[in-house]
Amino acid sequence: MDSTKLKQEIQERRRQAQSAPSESMPVEHNMAELRKLQPRYRGLEAGHRACQGCGEALAARLVTEAAGPDVILTNATGCLEVFTTPWPQSAWRLPWIHSLFENSAAIASGVEAALKAQGRKTKVIAQGGDGGTFDIGFQALSGMLERQHNILYVCYDNEAYMNTGIQRSGSTPHAAMTTTSPPGKERMGKRHLKKDLLSIIAAHHIPYAASASVAYPADIRRKVRRAVSIEGPTFLLIHSPCPLGWGIDSEISIEVARLAVQTGLFPVVELERGELTGVMPIRHPRPVADYLKLQNRFKHLFTDDPRAREEREHLQALADHNIEIYQLKGDGMDALDTDGADTVRRGGMVD
Amino acid sequence: MLHALEGSQAIAQAVALCRPGVVAAYPITPQTHIVENISKLVADGKLKCEFVSVESEFSAASVVLGASAAGSRSYTASSSQGILLMAEVLFDIAGMRLPVVMTCANRAISAPINIWNDHQDSMTVRDSGWIQLHCADNQEAIDTSIQAFRIAERTELPVMVCMDGFVLTHTLEVVDMPSAEQVDSYLPPFTFKNKLDPKHPLSLGTLVGPEYYTEARYSLHRALEKALPEIEAADADWAKICGRAAGGLLTVEGPENATTAVLAMGSVVSTLTESNEMLPGNKRVKIIKLRSFRPFPIEALQMACQGLKELIVLERAFSPGLGGILGTEVRAALAGMQKPPQVRNFTVGLGGRDIPMSTLSKLINAAKAQAPGGFAILDVEPERLPPEDR
Ligand SMILES: Cc1ncc(C[n+]2csc(CCOP(=O)(O)OP(=O)(O)O)c2C)c(N)n1
Ligand code: SF4
Repeated sequence: MDSTKLKQEIQERRRQAQSAPSESMPVEHNMAELRKLQPRYRGLEAGHRACQGCGEALAARLVTEAAGPDVILTNATGCLEVFTTPWPQSAWRLPWIHSLFENSAAIASGVEAALKAQGRKTKVIAQGGDGGTFDIGFQALSGMLERQHNILYVCYDNEAYMNTGIQRSGSTPHAAMTTTSPPGKERMGKRHLKKDLLSIIAAHHIPYAASASVAYPADIRRKVRRAVSIEGPTFLLIHSPCPLGWGIDSEISIEVARLAVQTGLFPVVELERGELTGVMPIRHPRPVADYLKLQNRFKHLFTDDPRAREEREHLQALADHNIEIYQLKGDGMDALDTDGADTVRRGGMVD
Repeated sequence: MLHALEGSQAIAQAVALCRPGVVAAYPITPQTHIVENISKLVADGKLKCEFVSVESEFSAASVVLGASAAGSRSYTASSSQGILLMAEVLFDIAGMRLPVVMTCANRAISAPINIWNDHQDSMTVRDSGWIQLHCADNQEAIDTSIQAFRIAERTELPVMVCMDGFVLTHTLEVVDMPSAEQVDSYLPPFTFKNKLDPKHPLSLGTLVGPEYYTEARYSLHRALEKALPEIEAADADWAKICGRAAGGLLTVEGPENATTAVLAMGSVVSTLTESNEMLPGNKRVKIIKLRSFRPFPIEALQMACQGLKELIVLERAFSPGLGGILGTEVRAALAGMQKPPQVRNFTVGLGGRDIPMSTLSKLINAAKAQAPGGFAILDVEPERLPPEDR
């Protein structure tokens, strides 16, 4: 298929997806009523202990807001788990269980099996950071997808192990500095590439897998509703900046997240049964350097070292490659998510 | 040379002096600073080794298993949940007699999740067949890490160097970092006769049926027993090079004629020793610092307990439904003595609860009230318990 045809097809499928009836939540009547009584439903309360500008905290709030009250959550060990539940407090309004770092998908499989055994329709959402998803919890996740559990797995991707103090993960971008991929005489930060997890997930041929970014809240909400309306395994990868780990001021967290999308470094896409069915288009791709130079973790790429320029070019090439393979360059639509920005200010959504 | 170093930094440097060929580790608090420091040494070209940044502790342990089997000096480090995730591999490393060295930055076990110090993690894998050596301060941790490679390679047994998380790993202390020449003269380059080598093909990890399994396990037990003199010799030889020993199998301090002793492992020994010095002369007790927990030095312990009326075992872990682990083992070890002391057993300092200097006096008093064979958690706070457990 040539590229214009593919682009047309993507746009056509996107139009279909947007008008599909699966948009509405499959909740029982009393739950819908409950939701009406709580127009600004929040599954994750304010007052938890995340850092200012934490992408993960915002993303988790958006996910639980969109999924509604008839949900059971599981959580891998990581920042989200730690900052929401310092005993004896909890910021969750939903039933929530944390067991270990590597088993969020497996305990979710167990919860879902029990719900099935009891004939209950409650949706299970498994959560993990990128370490808990790309790395240590990957086996459990793959099993969960292969067995077709009726679970939405959400990965909050801040591209390192933040909870233990910024170590590299399989998701850390190439050349980024972390405490276990420090630049030095022999190294320019992380040597390996960011694992293309979404393609691996898609290779399980699950009904729905998508990426999203905290910079686009309405898109997250739409994708969560879509995912929870599907009976079967679904997956959402949400790019979530960590001001501490990325070395950025907390007030530019969203701006930096948006740049990751606008440069093509973090493609926002949807895949159904392994096929690409939607992308968030980029009207004017931004140079990767605009994104990198805001962050301390890429500081060593802006030195006189000849290796620095080479790595910058490498990252630009990776972004260009994403734009090409996902056909990200769009014309008609504006990726600016104004509805979302408004919601963030209000602190919740009125449905 | 003397340096003020954080415990983890000191360990990273000590390990680098031992010239490992392969390091594989996965971050977990409070071990993380060790891996971070090693990463930095590698990035700066100060440590030439293959550093494998694995995706889990299970793989960290498996990578060093493979690397050691392929004939490289191999090192890993972990804590808590990481040690438990490694458990299956740890038994395998020991069963295959692979001389891996690892640091366990001791931390409590989930649930409830807790990142602070106690000994439940290394205790839980005490039957894995690893040698386990406990360190009371950061100098001991440096010296023990270096000795560990020699012990491992001479005995063909893996060695776990246990150091208290935070209390040692995150504390800045003035330590003497040995020179490369000192370490090189002590630790010869690694050669491993059972390595995977196409010139001499060996099969490792074979299936063993009932005809030989018992013998294989017995040999592992014997190997650990035979490691006792190796541990002592490794320490004595190191002392010849740097003028400092790290505590052999165990050491005894305090007045010769004291009839009460307190036995403990790890950094709490330093607290006990200092508190002991502040007691009036006639109230002072002996302090037994147990360094080698596996192999368990039964004979040396019996010797150390000659003339004692009372032995108070203080530990940082326990076995729910039984009581003390170390206490139970000490009772068993002393049962063969002519006149064994009464053994009192207390657990203290779980999940990072502070062990203040006042602990020693509290312990001595509580011991008087404990029934023979008893066990108690010394610092449990009744008002924090649900009413039915008070
Ligand atoms: C088996 C095991 N190994 C290591 C740890 C230590 N640990 C806890 S959270 C964490 C990193 C979490 O990283 P990620 O999943 O990316 O989530 P984030 O904190 O960045 O949100 C690590 C290494 C653990 N709890 N259990
Ligand atoms: S360290 Fe990063 S991920 Fe963790 S709470 Fe802070 S901002 Fe969020």
